Amino acid sequence: MIESIGRRSVAAIESVGRVGHFVADMTRALRDVGTWFGPTIVQMRRIGVDSLPVALFIAAFTGVVLALQASYTFTGAVPLYFVGTLVGKTMMLELGPVLAGLALAGRVGASMAAELGTMKVTEQVDALETLAYDPQSYLVVPRVLAGTLMFPVIVAFAIATGIITGWLTSLVLLDLSTPDFLKGLKLFYVFKDVWFGLLKSATFGFTITLVGCIVGLSTRGGAEGVGRSTTRAVVYSAILILVLDAFLAVVLL
Amino acid sequence: MIEFQDLQKAFAGKPVLQGLSLKIRDAETVVIIGYSGTGKSVALKHIVGLLHPDAGDVIVDGQAVSTLDRDGLTDLRQGIGYVFQFAALFDSLTVADNVALGLKRRGLDEEEIEDRVGEALALVDLSGSGDRMPAELSGGMRKRVGIARAIALRPRYILYDEPTTGLDPVTSAVIDRLMVRTREHLSVTGVVVTHDMRSAYTVGDRIAMLYEGRIRQVGTVAEIKETQDPVVRQFIEGRAE
Repeated sequence: MIESIGRRSVAAIESVGRVGHFVADMTRALRDVGTWFGPTIVQMRRIGVDSLPVALFIAAFTGVVLALQASYTFTGAVPLYFVGTLVGKTMMLELGPVLAGLALAGRVGASMAAELGTMKVTEQVDALETLAYDPQSYLVVPRVLAGTLMFPVIVAFAIATGIITGWLTSLVLLDLSTPDFLKGLKLFYVFKDVWFGLLKSATFGFTITLVGCIVGLSTRGGAEGVGRSTTRAVVYSAILILVLDAFLAVVLL
Repeated sequence: MIEFQDLQKAFAGKPVLQGLSLKIRDAETVVIIGYSGTGKSVALKHIVGLLHPDAGDVIVDGQAVSTLDRDGLTDLRQGIGYVFQFAALFDSLTVADNVALGLKRRGLDEEEIEDRVGEALALVDLSGSGDRMPAELSGGMRKRVGIARAIALRPRYILYDEPTTGLDPVTSAVIDRLMVRTREHLSVTGVVVTHDMRSAYTVGDRIAMLYEGRIRQVGTVAEIKETQDPVVRQFIEGRAE
């Protein structure tokens, strides 16, 4: 029992060490701008274009549900214009970043782990190295930078979409006027709501892409290994998003 | 010159290379033969620093590979072309872009890259296939693109990892002819890892047999054909016992 705990502790410490080493290598690779700049633009386009429909779809329905649930909860006790407050605050602070983050962990994180995992097991990563490229500069930095920069953009669109569908729901189904919805939306609004949500999404973008790269590049064992890496990337990213979400709330709110 | 000096490597406690020593002289092609799983590819990967030895070293042009830092490895790799067993082409790039990738890293201008890509593809008889994607190519064509990618760099050394494995006899002969042509045109030093004896006899100046982690015998093609060593004889004749 004690031996097993010891073994697991050592393995956990080794994993942390490996991640630290990976991040240090990635930071060093930032010097090689000529190598990562072009692929970063490609990745930004890919992450942005591929992810936007999923994020907007989720945000649109979240806005609808939030407005209806707020109205259901408030009826008779709280003025209905608070629907705008709840939709706005919740989309900006929590549901916009977290739901988009979780959805994109499945889409972006899994696809990166699968792509890099396949490259690893088919020796494409070794081939890159023999061509004198640093895989960190050519593969990792572009993905992590693109994720960190594009996630806030995607989440900003998702937040706007959620608020718009919340407003439309209020208009059509709740008989709440536009001025009342806007009154609620502005009521407790502070600029921090926006930057907190966007900072969170940048953190999630960094985490999802970093996990996808680490897991993908440590893939072993052919197609089965690629499958395992893909699942691992999604699970680790989802867990880390929820932990980071709580951590940032404790530290910044 | 490439020199393996008492190279040792184990994976998960299982020894693979147990003191490999071998010298490869400039402008010659040495073929390393041996049973599957004896560490031939492992030896090859040590030359370019893809693997780090447990003990011993590989000396390339007087430099101990295991002591090189990242910049040193980058410099070393600029002079070495590596042809992978399954070609290891980049799926998302066209054939021409695959061949051009290493040249871009060397900072050549667009015009020179285009010339070199065309020249390399012509040498492997794939002119006109530059726009195709790797997924559209047969196994033999993929290997030829892999060779084109290596020779486009005009390296001092080319390392071939199982270049004819999995190919039909005619395509294997085409690849063998290409390796010979490459050596004649570019005067490169070659290291070929294979267990295809027909290929070994065709492309090798010398043949070295790797057995139980060490070189069992090394000699010219004629010497290996005439060997009295029972292990080497059994291997080159392909006898079950």
